[in-house]
Amino acid sequence: MTVAKVKFGGITKDVCLQCIDDVGVGDFVLVHVGFAIAKVDRAEAERAYKTLEELGLLADLVDGGPPPREAES
Amino acid sequence: MKYVDEYRDPDLAKALAARIAATVTRPWVLMEVCGGQTHSIVRYGIDRMLPDAIELVHGPGCPVCVTSLEMIDRAHAIATRKDVIFTSFGDMLRVPGSNSDLLTLKGRGADVRIVYAPLDAVRIARENPSKRVVFFGIGFETTAPANAMALHTARRLGVKNFSMLVSHVLVPPAMAAILQAPGNRVQAFLGPGHVCAVMGYREYEAISERYKVPIVVTGFEPIDLLEGIYLAVRQLETGRAGVDNQYVRTVTRDGNAKARDLIFEVFEVGDRKWRGVGAIPKSGYKLRYEYHDHDAEKLFEVDTIDTAESAECISGLILRGVKKPSDCPAFGTRCNPQHPLGATMVSAEGACAAYYQYGRYVRSAQAT
Repeated sequence: MTVAKVKFGGITKDVCLQCIDDVGVGDFVLVHVGFAIAKVDRAEAERAYKTLEELGLLADLVDGGPPPREAES
Repeated sequence: MKYVDEYRDPDLAKALAARIAATVTRPWVLMEVCGGQTHSIVRYGIDRMLPDAIELVHGPGCPVCVTSLEMIDRAHAIATRKDVIFTSFGDMLRVPGSNSDLLTLKGRGADVRIVYAPLDAVRIARENPSKRVVFFGIGFETTAPANAMALHTARRLGVKNFSMLVSHVLVPPAMAAILQAPGNRVQAFLGPGHVCAVMGYREYEAISERYKVPIVVTGFEPIDLLEGIYLAVRQLETGRAGVDNQYVRTVTRDGNAKARDLIFEVFEVGDRKWRGVGAIPKSGYKLRYEYHDHDAEKLFEVDTIDTAESAECISGLILRGVKKPSDCPAFGTRCNPQHPLGATMVSAEGACAAYYQYGRYVRSAQAT
């Protein structure tokens, strides 16, 4: 059984990775009751959030300009 | 935390709310299926950011809440046996059965232990070979892989004193039951993001097509929920009924095949009775024959169970989205998290608990 240390904010727990393929140090996983059920797809996450941000920026422009935002690495 | 904090951005939330308001031309009723989504909606006041025309009703996606009273009474009968260590997720402990709850039984000497993960219960069984260790295996498809892994591990290692009292439930049959119910008001669903992480969303395409209802697989953060609502409203306004996936960072159409293989190695689909809703055909998992040595329902004979539900509790109507917690005369007075009349006031995913925790004492306008 594959088990890994997973950090949740400030807490680290042992999590079973039995059902996750191609996962390594630094990856993000979705964990439910000590069991990883999905790997977070970084490319999809970045793409989806970029679309949302553009939507947000458009609305902000109407209101008089966006507030300063930290760069997302 | 990465992939969490950015989905709580207030400016983005306002922009999405404005986009929803600009899209709506008439009233719509949406149901969020998951109790986790209900809590997020009430906690962040998502419902209050929406135009009046959009009504959110809360769905049955709270596993603790829908576990049948018979099963809870059965759990209590098993937990009070001297030879048993009864293990459970924490939010099951205060759920009222006909006569008591697990926390009270623990106070009277029953060995009831909270575990974070089902595999922890297997460890307790290995550490206590002279005891029979029972885990209360409740949950939706999200929890099924973890429960299946515990059973698989117990069988592989020959942990004969470990068994599970299985009361697993499935989301799609419950959605179909809601849509078929007379007087149904739900016109679109925010689908269960974490269930779909495991199962994918092909089953939801079938529901959407059959009932001509928009379904948006949705996450749990404020931005996820607002985007899910926007996508659902856009479908409703344009007369489309299909499945959209808002939660792309976690959910794919096919879900997690490895997790599903594990589930079906241990479980098979069977009929299940839901608290407050009734029996729904093929709406749960039960153990396969190969696992009957670990099936607590078969291993422990219990006396005939005469269930007695609180006469005042309306949790059945709340779980079906017919009523809101604030419609209940007992809400916040005779029923509160310390003295709950029903499971919806106890669980971290229960709608009544969400309303209580986030101070929603105002009686809703639709109260009758």
